[in-house]
Amino acid sequence: MPSDLQRPDPDALLQRVQAERAQRTRGRLKVFFGASPGVGKTYAMLEAAQRRRAAGDEVVVGWVETHGRAETADLLEGLPRLPPRTVHYRGTALDEFDLDGALARRPSLLLLDELAHTNAPGSRHAKRWQDAQELLDAGTSVWTTLNVQHLESLNDLVAQITEVTVRETVPDRLLEEADEVEFVDLPPDELLQRLREGKVYVPEQAQRAAHGFFRKGNITALRELALRRTADHVDADMRDYRRAHAIAETWPVAERVLVCIRPNPDSGRLIRAASRLATRLRAPWIVASVESPAQPALSPRERESLAAAFKLAEQLGAITAVLSGESVGEALLSYARAHNVSKIVLGKPPARRRWRDRLRPSPLEAVVGASGEIDVYVISGETAEPAPAAAVRRAGVVDPRPFAWAAAVVVACTLVCWPLFPRFDRSNLVMVYLLGVSFVATRFGRWPSALAAALSVAAFDFFFVPPHLTFAVTDTQYVVTFTIMLVVSLLISGLAVRVKDQAEAARQRERRTEILYALSRELAAPRRPEDLARLAARQVEELVQGPSLVLLPDDADQLQATGPPPEAFATDVREGAVADWVFRNGRPAGKGTDTLPAAAFLYLPLPGAQATLGVLALQPRAEMLPLTPDQSGLLEALARQIAAAVERALLERAAGEARVQAERERLRGTLLSSVSHDLRTPLSAITGAASSLLDDETLGAASRLELLRTILDEALRLNRLVSNLLDMTRLESGSLQLKREWYSMEEIVGAALARGGDRLGPRRVLVEVPEDLPLVPVDPILIEQLLVNLLENAAKYTPATATVRLAARAAASAVEVVVEDDGPGLPSGQEEKVFEKFYRPTPGGEGFGLGLAICRAIVEAHGGAIAAEAVQPHGARFRVRLPIVGAPPPVEREGTTDGPA
Amino acid sequence: MAPPEPAPPATAPLILVVDDEAAVRRFLRATLPHQGYRLVECETGAQALVEASTRSPDLILLDLGLPDLDGVEVTRRLREWTATPVIVLSARGQENDKIEALDAGADDYLTKPFGMGELLARMRVALRHRDVDGDEEPVFEAGELKVDLGARRVHVRGTEVHLTRTEYRLLALLVRHAGKVVTHRQLLKEVWGPGSADQTHYLRVYMGTLRHKIEEDAARPRWLTTEIGVGYRLKVD
Repeated sequence: MPSDLQRPDPDALLQRVQAERAQRTRGRLKVFFGASPGVGKTYAMLEAAQRRRAAGDEVVVGWVETHGRAETADLLEGLPRLPPRTVHYRGTALDEFDLDGALARRPSLLLLDELAHTNAPGSRHAKRWQDAQELLDAGTSVWTTLNVQHLESLNDLVAQITEVTVRETVPDRLLEEADEVEFVDLPPDELLQRLREGKVYVPEQAQRAAHGFFRKGNITALRELALRRTADHVDADMRDYRRAHAIAETWPVAERVLVCIRPNPDSGRLIRAASRLATRLRAPWIVASVESPAQPALSPRERESLAAAFKLAEQLGAITAVLSGESVGEALLSYARAHNVSKIVLGKPPARRRWRDRLRPSPLEAVVGASGEIDVYVISGETAEPAPAAAVRRAGVVDPRPFAWAAAVVVACTLVCWPLFPRFDRSNLVMVYLLGVSFVATRFGRWPSALAAALSVAAFDFFFVPPHLTFAVTDTQYVVTFTIMLVVSLLISGLAVRVKDQAEAARQRERRTEILYALSRELAAPRRPEDLARLAARQVEELVQGPSLVLLPDDADQLQATGPPPEAFATDVREGAVADWVFRNGRPAGKGTDTLPAAAFLYLPLPGAQATLGVLALQPRAEMLPLTPDQSGLLEALARQIAAAVERALLERAAGEARVQAERERLRGTLLSSVSHDLRTPLSAITGAASSLLDDETLGAASRLELLRTILDEALRLNRLVSNLLDMTRLESGSLQLKREWYSMEEIVGAALARGGDRLGPRRVLVEVPEDLPLVPVDPILIEQLLVNLLENAAKYTPATATVRLAARAAASAVEVVVEDDGPGLPSGQEEKVFEKFYRPTPGGEGFGLGLAICRAIVEAHGGAIAAEAVQPHGARFRVRLPIVGAPPPVEREGTTDGPA
Repeated sequence: MAPPEPAPPATAPLILVVDDEAAVRRFLRATLPHQGYRLVECETGAQALVEASTRSPDLILLDLGLPDLDGVEVTRRLREWTATPVIVLSARGQENDKIEALDAGADDYLTKPFGMGELLARMRVALRHRDVDGDEEPVFEAGELKVDLGARRVHVRGTEVHLTRTEYRLLALLVRHAGKVVTHRQLLKEVWGPGSADQTHYLRVYMGTLRHKIEEDAARPRWLTTEIGVGYRLKVD
């Protein structure tokens, strides 16, 4: 029982829940793990499969290698087999595991032998373990077999032990993430016995190597490795269990490992060793390479090798980085200190070093010297291949112009020195030449400056050193001068070149940062997802200097291009299929990756919080491939940014719709409750009165009259309520058609008073409409309704002794109508709220509270405005402004009077 | 219960009620005979045309919202062969139909829900015009308004009012249809000619001046009332 004081760490719990949730939809992976071929992994797997089948589970054989062994083949009996796919490659037909067939069939358990197998070219994935991953993602459980030497991180160790390098490897994390690892063991003696009996499969070509492989020492060592690995797996499970149940545990002090690699074949070994170290320490680890001006630029081959090394590092679970600094040592140490690195791993320097490097301390010595409290591990080992050739000399036509300039400068110096010669000491003349050489070094580079140095010395010697106008040198000191000049020129030119390179590198970095910054700035502005996608694609195009496109799913969940698709994309239907695959599986694919590498574009998923949001397609310029880890890291960062922005835009859209929906529901609810209450009140009055009249015969005439009056009044009230509702509905639905005519305000006022005047009852009504008021272009029925509503409002909220005034006057290109009273006035601060739908000063008052809302809707439909204000000392005023647009055609007037016609 | 009402005499005017709503017919059935009218009811436009031709009613109350033919069509067909007054019963929102029916020849209209008083007043006006049509009264009087159609003179509250020719023609037309609504179209056609049927602003201006000359309070006219969206009516009560 976990102690009460210890609660499980919430983060860990969350991870566990997420893992469990993922597991429910993800298939389970069981690895039959062995130390070497021949221990019986396939056999064990098939046995277990048969037991499962007997228990009633669905088991399908995806791919099983029997290697001709009868006993293994027997175990296949009864298990349904997935037919293989035939791949035609270079004239031969190869059989390969059919991934699409398996996905279509969706068995609950699939047997897939030999996880490390490399698929035939033309398959979707390069490796079978990727096929297994896709199957697991799709929900199919997979059982597979694996030998210890196929593990990536152990590859070199195994090579050391057995002297056989295994080429097909599987990333370690596959074994770590496996749900079950069953170690299939066979003691070495028994294995050797089986080998002698011919029961172990060895391909023809490998006979000789196998002889070396299957020695007892080797097999024992491999067995130990495999057992240790299995123990690690169990240990990890144990740790997870303990963490989930909050069993206290002493954590080691936080360690961090930094590995420095160079573009040589050593780096693979270095990385694997560091991976083992990091695993043992349970520490995060970083693999870095250093770019410094002290080092020569990388050839494409070196870049490739470095890229491969980084890929390996990432596969093994490291973070990668490219550091830059003045020197390797300085760059490494500053990074290490900044990131709390506790251990640095370096490779031993090569035995033969270039003479130039001897002048300075080697990077190793620099690091060790300045490492302080950081541990430095130096890993040694033979290099399997010779170091790569020096950087390929840039072939091409040598530009003669800088050299011409160098010569010209020397000539200029000579001309300068000539008049100075009689007066100045020769040492000063040397300075002039030195100046010239320095100038050439900064402007034109190393070799022109060397030429300038040589020419300067020659010129100096020829013109200014006795014997004049000869090349003889009588004084040996001038040899020193020459040497020094040459050295200076080389130093300066070297420095100038380095500075230029650094500036260029900085410019590159700045450009990349700027692109990221520009993108994030653009993406921050609220926009529709499609616009965001287009912007993002443009930025990516700038970065990779090739066409780029973002694809987002439409309502039917089909990927659609968000901008004009580049030609190469639009013309090939297969590209669309790759994009689709990336969208559904959430993993990158296409050019430069291991999945569907034959595609023309590289496709990166846009990862959202819960699912892939879309796909980024790009086609980098040919020279930029393969992408450096720096660049792929940048692209991934871009993809994440785009995904985040798109997700935000989509969420905003959803939130907006939800808001609108909620508002609509609220109004509907209010309306329904209002309607049912307010209609029922007059109805119950009418029913009551009418039934009294019918049932009670003893009612007197006065009472009868009273009841009848009630019925009439309530019925009229009901009519008003219903009319208001109808008006509101029509205005809201937008089906309102304004029928504008040039109307006289006077007439509308008259009609409104005729209709609504009764309601005002005993109140005093003042009407002021000037005779020369211009005609207004309005819908007369609506404006009459507007005035009637305002009058009704006055009648409702003023006492019978109040005065109501209705006035109209001409204003600037408008007519203003005012309805005011001297009643109690509006509640303070409510001048705007009164126009809201369903607003009532006291809840449960008469009517729906729609009258003023209708007024506002009518006025606004006419392009006018209505406002409420308070009257001093008390009362309410409603001011309506109806704009006059245009003018009626002029009317010819006759004479004012006439006699009989 | 009150004793049953005596049936109106056979010479009482015959009213044809065309309405598909039973409640309206019931209400009319209960009240109109008491006012001295005989009643015939039907529910559809087709029936109405048949009844109108066979029974020769004195007045037709026509609902616009009929199930088969719309009221405007019925009015048009009726007007092809009879001058029997037609009052259309319209609901709110049927403004267009109302105006069309009036232009097609209906004499007046009522908006549901209406009160008995209104209905009876309009029926009286419509019937009076039918009786009087062939025989125009030379002098029209309504309260303090006196219009001498023969002499072409108008007096209000004892004083003579001078009108222009057009103003007089307007007034005269309204007087001839006193109590009934006259649509804009009718007014424009009669006073300004058939080509001016859509120059409503003319009407506004002239009616405005006419009102100011005749009425005490032009904004609350006693006689020259505006029927919003439809036309004008010279009120006689």
